[in-house]
Amino acid sequence: MTLIPQIIFVIVMAIPTYLIVRRIRQIRGNILRGRPLDRNDNSSERWKTMFLIAFGQKKMFKKPIPAFLHLLIYVGFLVINLEVLEFMLDGLLGTHRLFAPYLGDFYNVAMNFFEFLALGVLISCVVFLIRRNVIKVPRFTKPEMKGWPAMDGNLILIIEIALMIAILKMNAADQVLQSRDVAGYHETGKLMISSFLVPLIDQFDTGLVMLTERGAWWFHIIGIMAFALYVTYSKHLHIFLAFPNTYYSNLEPKGKIQNMDAVTTEVKSMLGMPVEAPPANPDEMGRFGAKDATDLSWKSLMEAYSCTECGRCTAECPANQTGKLLSPRKIMMDTRDRIEEIGNGKEEGKSLLGDYITKEEINACTSCNACTEACPVNIDPLAIILEMKRYVAMEESGSPASWNAMFANIETNFAPWKFAPSDRFKWAEDLKND
Amino acid sequence: MSEIKIPTVADMQSKGETPEILFWVGCAGSFDDRYKRVTLAFTKILNHLGVNFAVLGPEESCTGDPARRAGNEFLFQMQAMSNIQLLDGYGIKKIVTACPHCFNTIKNEYPDLGGNYDVVHHTSFLQGLLDEGKLKVAGGDYKGKKITYHDSCYLGRSNGIYEAPRELLQSLDADLVEMKRCKTNGLCCGAGGGQMFKDAEPGNKEVNIERTEEALSTGAKVIASACPFCMTMMSDGVKNKEKEEEVIVKDIAEIIEESLD
Repeated sequence: MTLIPQIIFVIVMAIPTYLIVRRIRQIRGNILRGRPLDRNDNSSERWKTMFLIAFGQKKMFKKPIPAFLHLLIYVGFLVINLEVLEFMLDGLLGTHRLFAPYLGDFYNVAMNFFEFLALGVLISCVVFLIRRNVIKVPRFTKPEMKGWPAMDGNLILIIEIALMIAILKMNAADQVLQSRDVAGYHETGKLMISSFLVPLIDQFDTGLVMLTERGAWWFHIIGIMAFALYVTYSKHLHIFLAFPNTYYSNLEPKGKIQNMDAVTTEVKSMLGMPVEAPPANPDEMGRFGAKDATDLSWKSLMEAYSCTECGRCTAECPANQTGKLLSPRKIMMDTRDRIEEIGNGKEEGKSLLGDYITKEEINACTSCNACTEACPVNIDPLAIILEMKRYVAMEESGSPASWNAMFANIETNFAPWKFAPSDRFKWAEDLKND
Repeated sequence: MSEIKIPTVADMQSKGETPEILFWVGCAGSFDDRYKRVTLAFTKILNHLGVNFAVLGPEESCTGDPARRAGNEFLFQMQAMSNIQLLDGYGIKKIVTACPHCFNTIKNEYPDLGGNYDVVHHTSFLQGLLDEGKLKVAGGDYKGKKITYHDSCYLGRSNGIYEAPRELLQSLDADLVEMKRCKTNGLCCGAGGGQMFKDAEPGNKEVNIERTEEALSTGAKVIASACPFCMTMMSDGVKNKEKEEEVIVKDIAEIIEESLD
């Protein structure tokens, strides 16, 4: 027995592993370019949120059909990875179906279960391809989904289909080899899905069947590694980031806006109120609000990487529904594109606000929280929109004129409308005329 | 009806009293002609039930909600700080308001700036009294009538209040019909986040028209709202569709006030 396949296996595993680790570091570094935000409180509530939303897929079930299909792929992903464990060990040890002798009859049960899941994944991916490309579900055809995002979505589904076909093909070839009593092929019992493929393979001579089996095995394992690397450059990163992203969810009521403590310090000193801890060096204070991706919190940046571009946020957005430019999904995609660009050192004097996201988009937001409610992984596009509004209002004084008028009214009349403050209690007089 | 009393907190203090409940009227409730009628209706309910309440009157000021949501954090905090100083100066503990924006801001955002109060929206407040048996309503005009309730984002998604307004309407034996987009999926009226104070960005349609069409398609003769902005947007929508003769937009406080037993 030669060691060559094992050596090739180790190399084939090592290269993508190295690239994946490098890419994970890069993403982590990019996320940490964001501003600090404390999300370490209340860990029991956070674990619960993660368990329900990410692990339990709770919010997916607002739309039952895609939820069911997505669940099949998700469970398939989790469970079929158990089989990948055997793949890895076989590859390293030069064995074949290492677990089969130890598991006895249960091995057949497990393999059949995997096969049913593989078929489920396959069917779901086909239906998803049809939804995207034939039925053209509206949320997949918005302007921000042209080009790469559409291709990315399709590629993921096609790769998953190819990987599932490889598993089934491998099992079918294996069964043929078992039936011919070829040495080294353990009895697995009848495998219910792949046995349908047996007649296609049974016509070949044993050498070709062995080649088919090995080919499918290598295709699957190399495919998995290549896919894992691809995922880190794709919207599909949500399969990992959904977990930390939901753990660090905003647990406050949705209507609550994060206080700007730097402003509180200034307002207090203006009002002559005691200030607990004045900033050590006021000159180093960052800008108010966000002009670029690095002005956002690390959580907003993590959310940008967690977004799988499903578009439920945009589909629910009242501004988007009535034809305005704002699309919460686009806000997340732009943020990711921009932080990637910064991470690659290609800043080119651009900024997130202006070059990616326009004022027209952010000004259309009604802060209704439909987007945050809709997101299956608790992404908060509103937080990014608000930070940009803050930058425009406080650093640029560039808010729409009627907002500036509203600000002036609040300042001088203590109401957003131009009424005399002394008339505020006039409504009670109206009672007399009632 | 007996004389309606609207004491101010300052009046009460001069007599050495503090109200149990502060009725925070809000800018719309004070200045908007349509919403002033809601303020009056709620005041009448408070009087009818003998609630120990007061208003700030001329001392009240904008909570800062639209400024904060339009990005002007400075202005928001200036407003918030001075309101907190005023409220704390009077020893206010409990606040009820008919405006979901005031409610959300005082309840959720003032604590970060040191203002801690027990804040309730008028629908939750009335539901509480209904459950306790203190508030008694008779169906009257609303009995069996088709009513649809338009969820306010700042009550609903922002603060999870979906049931109080519905329970109040059901207490009238009204025929409550839901729009397709309701509760967590409710469609905004288009006025939140400071939109009330500027023109909408270009699009195919105004949000309030989209929402009004949905409300009208239920066949309801009454569109119930619980927010001054929703009230304005839905009323404008109904006028735009020239349906104001057939369909009325009313705040839940008005509906309850008309139905007091």
